[in-house]
Amino acid sequence: MATKAITTKQPMPPLKLWAPAVGVAWLIPGGGHFMLKRPGRGYLILLSVTAMFLLGLMMRGAMFQPQTGDILTTLIYCGGFIGDLSSGLLYLLSTWLGYAQPDVAGHVHDYGTKFLVAAGLLNILGMVDAFEIATGKKS
Amino acid sequence: MPKMTLSHFEAAVLFALFTSIVLGVVTKKTDNDRLRYGLRSFAYFMAALIGLGWLMHFGHG
Repeated sequence: MATKAITTKQPMPPLKLWAPAVGVAWLIPGGGHFMLKRPGRGYLILLSVTAMFLLGLMMRGAMFQPQTGDILTTLIYCGGFIGDLSSGLLYLLSTWLGYAQPDVAGHVHDYGTKFLVAAGLLNILGMVDAFEIATGKKS
Repeated sequence: MPKMTLSHFEAAVLFALFTSIVLGVVTKKTDNDRLRYGLRSFAYFMAALIGLGWLMHFGHG
């Protein structure tokens, strides 16, 4: 006999409960954890994301600008831009201070570009963790 | 900002290190589990790095 799975959609927690922590976590890597009184984890995220971003800059990685075209171009350039932007203040400060490295050939530049995007992606993980802590899904 | 030149291996090890730290921090619920998951994640990264490195070495002949 087939059993029917009953799924209940959980309501979204109130915005004011998690938005400040997630916003701070975006701007300052680990900031959401500091705000939620988890400094140990906050320091580890801050160290990892900042180190990765700075290594990316020192390797002269390129920042992505959103571009559309075929599906692969859209995915790479828009996805890369979102990854870069996810580093928060690190990205905003470096672009405001004039960092604009052209995309050039070479494995060091290539790693730099990937480090810059990966720093943002790691910060997204930190933001999700801050969201879960703020909404009580995690301690 | 000083310029830095890293080899493939150095860059991949640093990538593995920082990624493993964050994965360990955000994935598990207790500090002990986080530490173990981070170390295991780093070990998997290194195994893949060295394994694929040798695979490419032999693939090139």
